[in-house]
Amino acid sequence: MLRLILRRLLESIPTLFILIAVTFFMMRMAPGGPFDREKRLAPEIEANLRAAFHLDEPLWQQFGRYLWNLVRGDFGPSFQYRDRTVTELIASGFPVSLQLGGLAMLIAVLAGVTLGSLAALRQNKPADYGTMAVAMTGISVPNFVVGPLLVLVFAVYLGWLPAGGLGDGAVGAGGWRNLVLPVCTLALTQVAYIARLTRGSMIEVLRSNFIRTARAQGLSTGTILLRHALKPALIPVVSYLGPATAGLITGSVVIETIFDLPGLGRYFVTGALNRDYTLVLGIVVFYGALIILFNFLVDLIYGWLDPRSRQ
Amino acid sequence: MIPNRRLSGALTALLLLAACSRPGEEPAAPAPPPQAVAVGGASGTELAAEQILRAANGAEPETLDPHRASGVTASNVLRDIYEGLIDEAPDGSLIPGAAESWTVSADGRVYTFRLQARGRWSNGDPVVAEDFVAGLRRSADPKTLSEYSAILYPLENAEAVVNGQLPTEKLGVRAIDDRTLEIRLHTPTPYFLGLLTHASTYPIHRPSLAKLGGRFARAGNLVGNGAFRLNAWVVQSHIQLVRNKFFWDDARTTLNEVWYYPIESAESELNRYRAGEFDLTYTLPNRQIPWLRKNLPKEVRIAPYLGSYTYAFNTSQPPFRDNIPLRRALSMALDRDVIVSKVNGAGEIPAYSWVPPVTGYRSQPPAWAAWTQEQRNSEARRLYAEAGYSAEKPLRLQLLYNTESNHRRIAVAMAAMWRDVLGVDTDILSQEWQVFLQTRHTKIDTQLFRFGWIGDYDDPYTFAEILLSTHGQNDMAYNNPRYDDLVFRATREADPAARMALLEEAERVMLDDMPILPIYTYVTKRVVKPWVAGYEDNIMDHHHSRFVRILKH
Repeated sequence: MLRLILRRLLESIPTLFILIAVTFFMMRMAPGGPFDREKRLAPEIEANLRAAFHLDEPLWQQFGRYLWNLVRGDFGPSFQYRDRTVTELIASGFPVSLQLGGLAMLIAVLAGVTLGSLAALRQNKPADYGTMAVAMTGISVPNFVVGPLLVLVFAVYLGWLPAGGLGDGAVGAGGWRNLVLPVCTLALTQVAYIARLTRGSMIEVLRSNFIRTARAQGLSTGTILLRHALKPALIPVVSYLGPATAGLITGSVVIETIFDLPGLGRYFVTGALNRDYTLVLGIVVFYGALIILFNFLVDLIYGWLDPRSRQ
Repeated sequence: MIPNRRLSGALTALLLLAACSRPGEEPAAPAPPPQAVAVGGASGTELAAEQILRAANGAEPETLDPHRASGVTASNVLRDIYEGLIDEAPDGSLIPGAAESWTVSADGRVYTFRLQARGRWSNGDPVVAEDFVAGLRRSADPKTLSEYSAILYPLENAEAVVNGQLPTEKLGVRAIDDRTLEIRLHTPTPYFLGLLTHASTYPIHRPSLAKLGGRFARAGNLVGNGAFRLNAWVVQSHIQLVRNKFFWDDARTTLNEVWYYPIESAESELNRYRAGEFDLTYTLPNRQIPWLRKNLPKEVRIAPYLGSYTYAFNTSQPPFRDNIPLRRALSMALDRDVIVSKVNGAGEIPAYSWVPPVTGYRSQPPAWAAWTQEQRNSEARRLYAEAGYSAEKPLRLQLLYNTESNHRRIAVAMAAMWRDVLGVDTDILSQEWQVFLQTRHTKIDTQLFRFGWIGDYDDPYTFAEILLSTHGQNDMAYNNPRYDDLVFRATREADPAARMALLEEAERVMLDDMPILPIYTYVTKRVVKPWVAGYEDNIMDHHHSRFVRILKH
């Protein structure tokens, strides 16, 4: 087990390196720089700014400097948020995104797997059609429509929940109330995907020989489903969950903008638009590392779900 | 049954989602008390028990270091936690700030300020003249990396200091004693007092800077001399200010707390405003304005703003090089009333000249501004033909703007008007902001490009200087020695009336050449709750929370 972890860790280094290199040079190739302003800067000021951020050095030297700092755990200063380091910004944005994405994923898995299994059991019956119709709607209605709609109904008209923000001191403070609408919006699409995935693989599993054997032995549907069918049926769901969770917990730009939440996703977009090189790179590295981590976790869960993959 | 009525409201909302509108009355967000109190009680001026202002504030401030901040939203917060020598009343007029009085020498070049006797930092230290000297020097010091130090150029030696040719000690400012500050200018600058409201001129608490360096502008560290002090700052979530008990005029402050919320989506901030989470918004989504005007007429505030929305011709490249008739034809053929009322819809003011309505300056619209659009169109056709174009040989034009939905709608409308009136073929091209700035600065790859400009101070010079042939911002490559001469003479003119006359003449000269194509004067647009008193619209859109009161509601 330890060897496996070590091997995966070593394997991830070249992946991350390529990711950093590609992002670094692509950012620099994009036209427009971090200090292009509508009100143009005095040449001396611009030169000083460039020197302060080492932009006056040759590109390869900047790249080397970035890598060296990164190895020491330093993501560098943000170009845009002048008094803050990228590490600080990630540390402040990630917990919000993690909470939001984590809760949404939890709800999505519980609801999606339940609905998907029910639909599979009642294949081609009203319950199946009903569930899948809801799922299709969830997939096809984008969250930038669902989000504002929920805000309009539950915050503006009914006044039950806050319309946005994290709640710290806002009117009607109370952390969880601020999370209800964004979590539901974010979970909705995922519920739909997971329900469809579960239904598909569950139908397949239910047709297989070992389930037929189980039925022949007289086991109840509930026991068959929970003890025998669920584990193999979840394999495609789990492989979807790895990258999806990483994506969700590193911040959903749309949701964070609609609900005005201080998560990581907003930094990514404003960072890219402002040519905040270090901020964008920092988030890319962080995001890349998370995806690698989640893929690894998925592999571990595979092993548990499917004994054949343990070899 | 109130709940049912509200629920049916919600259902109606669902049905009318596309228009985001709902007929009937506006349900004031979280459950209004059953017997609604008139705002301000019986007298109309009664105060609410809770004196907290919650303001949406656009983009997250990049820093709250007054000498390095450059954005509008940082300035909004800094105005509450610092005070310049000069302050602004709710209507934007200049009033004594950290300086209780001042004198100006006969040649208009030496200002001597007397500081408030009770001026205190938020930790209780006295505010002394040396703090302002340190602030101005730090602001001009190229090592500070200030992006706004050019605003100090009227000060003696400032340009040389900013460009690293002179040490900061040579800057034209000195402390005569603890309460007396002298500032020397290299040329009389009638708008100089207005500059002293700008964050770049704020004082600095020297002990905190010495102790904390770049981290002095954080919550818990920042020591300011304004009516409020920075209590908490959660990036991308909120900035909380609390009353500064040491402020020299604290007796007249009413608010106990001010909360600023960074929020970049105009739709989201409007939702949060309607849900009762904000007392005022930063801006409004244009498309919602007609609905808001109808449903919240008392809360919508649209007012002129010190900014010009224009397009600019690249006068150094064909087809606009040496082709004034063509530039005029394009300008005349635009129906600005349609653009502001039908395309934009926020109630902007159609503009035919460059300088917006600043104090003491007479606008200089050309004679044809008074014509009907029909008359303009026929003159435009004549000029178009004079420039050598016709239906057989139409002008093919490239129009460049920075990617944004309102800009796109205006660009499309312009192209349609030119096609209808003149038969011009317009290629519309958009670029992302940072790319756009670079392209337009090349002065080569452009023909006609968007050129918005927001003034820094309430004086025509902040607009006039842009078109000087030597100005770094002159992306239209405009070069008329007569214009340069008039503006230059204005900078040397001590008599304010004669100076204004020179600037007005300069603008007439420039508009005859038409290197720019004015479209409208910007407006500030926001909604403000009826219980926010002491908050007035003004052309600079500068607001100081120390004058704001929350009425009983």
